Amino acid sequence: MAEKIGVYFDLANIGGGVDVQNLADEAVKKWGDLIALTKLVPSLASSVDEIRADIDAQKLDGVLLCGASPRVDNDLYRFPVQVDYVNLREQCILSYKNPDGSPYLASDTAPAALQGLALDYVQMGVAKLQKSNVPDSAAITTTPRILVLGGGWTGLTAADEAASMGYDVVLVEKAGQLGGAVLNMPETSPLGPLWEDKVPTNLADKIAKVTSNRKITVYLNAQMAKLEGQPGEYVAHIATQGGEKTENIGTVILATGWVPLDNKYLEPMGLGKSPKVVTAAEFAKMLVSQSTLPKRVAFVLDTTMAEDAWKQKAEEEAKAAAEAAEAAKEEPKKEGEEAEEAAFVKNDLESFKHLQYSNAVNSIGMLRLANSICEKTNDSSQAFILYKNMTVPGILERFYKKMQDRLGVMMTKADVTGIRESGDHMVVECKNTLLGMDFDLDVDLVVLPTGLVPTTAKEVTVQFSYRQGPEFPDLELFDGYADSNYICFPYETRRTGVYAAGCVRQPLTLDACEVDAKGAVLKAVQCLEAASRGVAVHPRALDNSYPVFNFVRCTQCKRCTEECPFGALDDDEKGTPKPNPARCRRCGTCFGACPERVISFANYNIDQIGSMIRQVQVPPNFKEGGPRVLILACENDAYPALDMAGMRRKTWSPYCRIIPVRCLGSVNAIWISDAMSKGFDGVMLLGCKYGDDYQCHFVKGSEICNRRMQNIAETLNRLGVQPERVEQLEVAIDEYDKVPEMIDGFVTRITALGPNPFKGM
Amino acid sequence: MSNAILVVGGGFSGLTAAIEAAELGHDVYIVEKSPWLGGRVAQLNKYFPKLCPPSCGLEIQFQRIRKNPLIHCLTMAQVVGLSGSKGNYTVRVRLEPRRTPPHNVDFTFMASALDGEVESEFDLGLGKRKALYKAMPFAYPARYVLDTAALSKADMARLAGKAQLDFDEKAREIDVQVGSIVIATGWKPYDVTRLSNLGAGSVKNCISNMQLERLASPFGPTQGKIVRPTDGATPHTVAFVQCAGSRDQNHLNYCSYICCMATLKHCLYFAEQHPDTQITVFYIDLRAPGRYVKVLEKVQALPNVHFVKGKVANVVQAAGDRCEIQAEDAIRGEKLTLTYDMVVLATGMQPTLATEKLPLPVPVDADGFIAGGEEAGIFAAGCCAMPLDVTRSAQSGTAAALKAVQTVKGR
Repeated sequence: MAEKIGVYFDLANIGGGVDVQNLADEAVKKWGDLIALTKLVPSLASSVDEIRADIDAQKLDGVLLCGASPRVDNDLYRFPVQVDYVNLREQCILSYKNPDGSPYLASDTAPAALQGLALDYVQMGVAKLQKSNVPDSAAITTTPRILVLGGGWTGLTAADEAASMGYDVVLVEKAGQLGGAVLNMPETSPLGPLWEDKVPTNLADKIAKVTSNRKITVYLNAQMAKLEGQPGEYVAHIATQGGEKTENIGTVILATGWVPLDNKYLEPMGLGKSPKVVTAAEFAKMLVSQSTLPKRVAFVLDTTMAEDAWKQKAEEEAKAAAEAAEAAKEEPKKEGEEAEEAAFVKNDLESFKHLQYSNAVNSIGMLRLANSICEKTNDSSQAFILYKNMTVPGILERFYKKMQDRLGVMMTKADVTGIRESGDHMVVECKNTLLGMDFDLDVDLVVLPTGLVPTTAKEVTVQFSYRQGPEFPDLELFDGYADSNYICFPYETRRTGVYAAGCVRQPLTLDACEVDAKGAVLKAVQCLEAASRGVAVHPRALDNSYPVFNFVRCTQCKRCTEECPFGALDDDEKGTPKPNPARCRRCGTCFGACPERVISFANYNIDQIGSMIRQVQVPPNFKEGGPRVLILACENDAYPALDMAGMRRKTWSPYCRIIPVRCLGSVNAIWISDAMSKGFDGVMLLGCKYGDDYQCHFVKGSEICNRRMQNIAETLNRLGVQPERVEQLEVAIDEYDKVPEMIDGFVTRITALGPNPFKGM
Repeated sequence: MSNAILVVGGGFSGLTAAIEAAELGHDVYIVEKSPWLGGRVAQLNKYFPKLCPPSCGLEIQFQRIRKNPLIHCLTMAQVVGLSGSKGNYTVRVRLEPRRTPPHNVDFTFMASALDGEVESEFDLGLGKRKALYKAMPFAYPARYVLDTAALSKADMARLAGKAQLDFDEKAREIDVQVGSIVIATGWKPYDVTRLSNLGAGSVKNCISNMQLERLASPFGPTQGKIVRPTDGATPHTVAFVQCAGSRDQNHLNYCSYICCMATLKHCLYFAEQHPDTQITVFYIDLRAPGRYVKVLEKVQALPNVHFVKGKVANVVQAAGDRCEIQAEDAIRGEKLTLTYDMVVLATGMQPTLATEKLPLPVPVDADGFIAGGEEAGIFAAGCCAMPLDVTRSAQSGTAAALKAVQTVKGR
């Protein structure tokens, strides 16, 4: 609660003829002693020392900086007290146009509408700071130990790297020995510069490095039974042959890798029908164990035959399922049939698509195997690589050239349309080849690629003991891979403190698995350290606020525990939420969900935004003073887009008042009621795109907000307010040229609706 | 001994390495050659596969920087000298004069009054910029640059005596102490003037894929309208030439990783803006690794996009500023001569270090990619080590941060 605030006006950034002294005077008139001083400074950036001196001399506990957007230069204003900003430049003066829509030509005296707009923003700024507190620390005593799930190439790398960072490591491997898929790979594509030749994997050395490291504890024949708690103080229950073991750990690296795609998916290409059709994995074993090798081998990378067959099957199944669902809908539900909460069932997400997604690792792997057989037989064997697209992207082109440059290796693009046995050999039918003709290729052996199915598609790997269930959400969206939906932030998942790496995330070559493992270790260490300091991880890294619950008024409605995008809240048998601050990303979706308003952050809370709304001067007469529209704008993308619009001299209706929110997920319906009782005529919720390609920084915030719109509409209807007065609009950060039109369109619709029936009451 | 880290290059890999290390508690110095952070990513309109705007991710990175006092950004800066050894380096950094204040000033009005113009480096020659400029709206730092060389005589008079501009500012050199170094000097689009058979940059309306990004960008030279540079007309027929320089031992002896996906993304730009435009993609292989296959399938299903496997031999000017392509259909064995309204060369990435030298003890290979340095506490991140897309650059940057932190931890 700031109680002694200094308000500074940056004259260099407040133009437009706004009477700044009047803003200062009005603020003092309104807030009295709360405002210890107001200053009009020629340039805020040059006044940092002066502000610091004022803080000391006047014992200020809050500083309000009025001028440019808070997104600009805020690195200059690091003071030991609470700091907030009033955006008078981008989102007030530069974006101002006259109420009649005509452009405002700068003058010495701002029109009343602009002066009023600026004053509203200043008063809202004071209210915000007044209702803001310095958060207590949520620091916990953490266990400096990292759990690595999976002892394959990625897991071994991660364990070694985490130990090198000085952390203890617990490595859990499902099989009886370490090594995973690489146990069958004596050689691999290059692991480093110059990226040309295949190299030995030297797996034994890598394993020895881990097993000889005293910081690393290895459990074999083991898997997760349960992970409970939160980052920094997790308890891992590990099922081993000797019974369940528990380990205190800080964070988790998921490196459980992949399993080969079921052979049935390759049946359309002849697998299982003839011993002369084998998978790449079987061929690799043959290379090691057999002394006589086949003379002519076809490596078939074009998997269209299998894909088409399974695609058709999938379509038929989908159609049948849709029909069944339609039939089921017609039968009325019997009473009591709606179970309280469905028990968790793991969907098997394995499909033929995993064959397609493994295109790059297969192209690279087949090249290596083709080269190997020619090398072993001194080119007395011939290897034919039949491909649709050789997917060897990037630097591995050098490896491609080197492998191909072998007498016995022949390559052509080909549509492989049939694979059949004929006498003692196999026939591969090839169409649309580079040889200018279709042909049948006679070979002794056909080698088919492998699909890398992530373990997460088949089973529950981590076994979260979370209110929201034992599994990662969104796995369907990623076809079963434990991936991130962010392009820029590949390690971010919806389970804080658990970082996936390697082929469980996407099919990767071993060099890329190593890079991925290192990155995951950094994130795991960072999360552990963040928990020990009580601060958030991405995207609000270093934020030390966290949600605080006033349990006395909690009605156990469970909305917060259900809606948290990160599963941060558990609950007890009664349904009382149990917060886990170290899992929390500080988006505020929980308090947006709470009908009793029992959740708050010290520096961001229901009362604070409500107070800001109440600071706006709403003219009693709609016809004379115009409507008032509240815009709750997501501070991540919508707010910067509005800044840019202002900077580019795009303007919007002066009847709008913008309040930034952490995420649309944090919007509580009470703010809309507050706005309506204050006399606002409309509320616009401006946030990120949602759906499969969501851009929400908190994954689900804008989508959840959209789902709540239904309830809000019902509430408004009950109050006798048209639900059309509240709209959610999606905007991307680069749609700054479009957003003013979106705002003006909404204001036009509100104006047409006429005044809010509560106005003036 | 120092536990600070130097990051050379403020593109996506460098930013990632710097921020991740700083969030672990290390002082980090970012040395960026250009006036703003963001690198090549800042020039892009959208990312594949989601078609989301890169400025969204950059904004998050910039927020993380603003909130973290451990990150020190040195822009218009270059490493000019190094002494010491692993764990204890002294790096000399040269800072070019910016000539504007060390905080944000809205120069929009002052800049618009200037008449001197030069070709915009940021828009890759498709537009002009003033002497007082900020290349992108989301620029970080949000500060203008005064490029005195671009001022006209009249501009000189206009700006004379403006208190906020410092015409006398000189370049200066500073020393920073660090324990380890991340190199993230990135890439540049391969110089099309070297592709003489593909018009060497002289065929009108034959542009590069990065130029197309600028055309499609809302803050590009056409405010996002994809049009022919010569006449602003909608191109009704467009050809994409894949591997323009890549996979070619006379040019780039590797695959540039992103160009196939970039072209598929560009097809989606067209489908949105000009759905009737007929597109032909000439390719050697369509490389859509992993789940990117879904983008390939989506584009292959578009009715107006056609794929021809075969190399383009020549691009020459045709009447009406159109472009004539001679190509081979490798499947049918036919020679094709076709004319298009516009041609896009899917030019590859060349590591910056192929043509520029860093005064740091790191070996580079024949193509200019970094091939070592770890034993000296120097780690490569992103496209200075190999061609990568943004996601893998972020992984690479995070991994490099780990190695850099391991080197200085406990010092």
